[in-house]
Amino acid sequence: MKKTILMSPYGGLLLLTLILALMPLAVSNDFHYDLLTKICLTATVAVGLNLLVGYAGQVSLGHAAFYGAGAYASAILTGQYTLSPMLALLSAAAGVGVLAWLVGRPILHLKGHYLSMATLGLGVIAAIVLNNEEQLTGGPDGIGLPPLSLFGHELSVFGEYQFAGLTFTGVELWYLLAAAVLVVAVLLALNIIDSPLGRALRALHGSEIAAQVAGVDTAKYKLRVFVISAVYASIAGSLYGHYSGFITPTVASFEHSIELITIVVLGGMASTFGVIIGAAILVLIPQFLTDFQELEMVVFGAILMAVMIFLPRGLLPSVLQRLQRGAQ
Amino acid sequence: MFSEFFQFTFSGITLGAIYALVALGFTLIYNASHVINFAQGEFLMIGGMGTVVLVGAGLPLPAAMVGALVLATVAGILLHRLAIAPARDADVVTLIIITIGASIFLRGLAQFFWGKEYHALPRFSATESLSIGGATLLTQSLWILSIAVVLVVALAVFFSRSKLGKAILATSMNKDAARLAGIKTQVILGVAFGISALLGAAAGLIVTPITFTAYDVGIMLGLKGFVAAAIGGLGSSTGAVVGGLLLGLSEAYTAGYISSDYKDAVPFVIILAILFFLPNGLFGSRAAERV
Repeated sequence: MKKTILMSPYGGLLLLTLILALMPLAVSNDFHYDLLTKICLTATVAVGLNLLVGYAGQVSLGHAAFYGAGAYASAILTGQYTLSPMLALLSAAAGVGVLAWLVGRPILHLKGHYLSMATLGLGVIAAIVLNNEEQLTGGPDGIGLPPLSLFGHELSVFGEYQFAGLTFTGVELWYLLAAAVLVVAVLLALNIIDSPLGRALRALHGSEIAAQVAGVDTAKYKLRVFVISAVYASIAGSLYGHYSGFITPTVASFEHSIELITIVVLGGMASTFGVIIGAAILVLIPQFLTDFQELEMVVFGAILMAVMIFLPRGLLPSVLQRLQRGAQ
Repeated sequence: MFSEFFQFTFSGITLGAIYALVALGFTLIYNASHVINFAQGEFLMIGGMGTVVLVGAGLPLPAAMVGALVLATVAGILLHRLAIAPARDADVVTLIIITIGASIFLRGLAQFFWGKEYHALPRFSATESLSIGGATLLTQSLWILSIAVVLVVALAVFFSRSKLGKAILATSMNKDAARLAGIKTQVILGVAFGISALLGAAAGLIVTPITFTAYDVGIMLGLKGFVAAAIGGLGSSTGAVVGGLLLGLSEAYTAGYISSDYKDAVPFVIILAILFFLPNGLFGSRAAERV
């Protein structure tokens, strides 16, 4: 088959940038922008998680803990320690990175279902701590965050901004910011996949023992990708916190962790663009299912099962495979 | 002082017996098909809620219980037939997502047909509680313990004596060899899912008189059962029972002596501590990886 530019990863990035840039032509109101912003932020977490799950084959059922940690660290640092939002976001990301390094060292020795169990346990503990430490986190009622500010300019969803004679609403600018973050996240992920780290991860996904025998320091690479995926989640969490202005412990809940891993598996493991589609679907499905009201959970569960049974490799890889077969 | 300790121990063992039954369900399915069934907690919910609904429809309690157990068993067999069997070549994570989809589906059905309210069942005996050494022992705890013991013994006998039990064991050891020996492995796997659902539903049913039930009780109970199974080392039945009791007792002591806010965190702290030193659980075998 002829390899067109669009089939190569960087061609995909170009296509993604184009789609994101043209999206404002297709949408008309704040509600649509809100959904798009949420899709971009969720996709950012998923792209990071996919490095760990899809490429390195290490399942995490507690990834929302890092997302929640980023969001809460931003809330506490800006609220109680009056740091500027950008400084708080960076400190949160660094802190979460160190945290992931500390917990990752012991638990990444675990394999298969025991690793799932350990990451699940960490996630549940994080959610319980956020619920119970009310003085710091506000408990189950949640905690507020100030609007994001960039270079001294506040970016509020309620604001209006003038650039070069054009007027933008805060909602539109937030979308542009989230889209830019996603593009950068994808660019970094593609570079990682294409680097010696990426090759080592794929080797240890195939067989950890074989990779070790071939001289790959699997523990080091697993830990590295775990930290990277945690930092992705932390940054997206901080941004989401500033965007929504208010967070509750559900951002770190077991259900949210499950949602994140579902996005990766549904969109297509080891497919960076697949998981973006997965994120879009998971954010949009509840919107379409509101018509079903009481049956929303039933329909969602059924869709999830059906996709995974009939397209076990995930949506995008399965569809691409069919297209390729058709082209031959 | 001692009466308090007895009190916590009673409630710990009661809770532990429930976790042990859930963990046995996980173990059974894991052995048979290497699937971690995240819908296991929903069987507990069907056991409890099913009984409540059938009692509400006018059935006497024992008949309602049997009805709920049958309902859960059918759900377990259908889960295997419709969702697990068609995806048998899928990745482990894919299978996990399928069982998660199934759990959302079952929870959704329960919410739609049975509502969101919390329900209770009457205790099984007229006498509510006995006093032993200054501590109160709920008669329902005795029911829970004896039913759990009967189920565990029955399961052990089933696996060591009956042909069907041995066929399940053979299938879990080597599927291809079992098929060559004339065992219909897909049917056997369905039976394993059915038994696992039955165990879960029984646990959910007997605990309802003390803890209440609702469409979403399966989430936490299921997760804790998974923890209990992992503590024992996935795949070990003895481990599942020991893990369940250990969890129940530690949870009760934590709630009693330290903080009830953090009692739900206890199982997860314990499993992390155990996995830190024993990466395959307490009773798990060291697995060799083939290249």
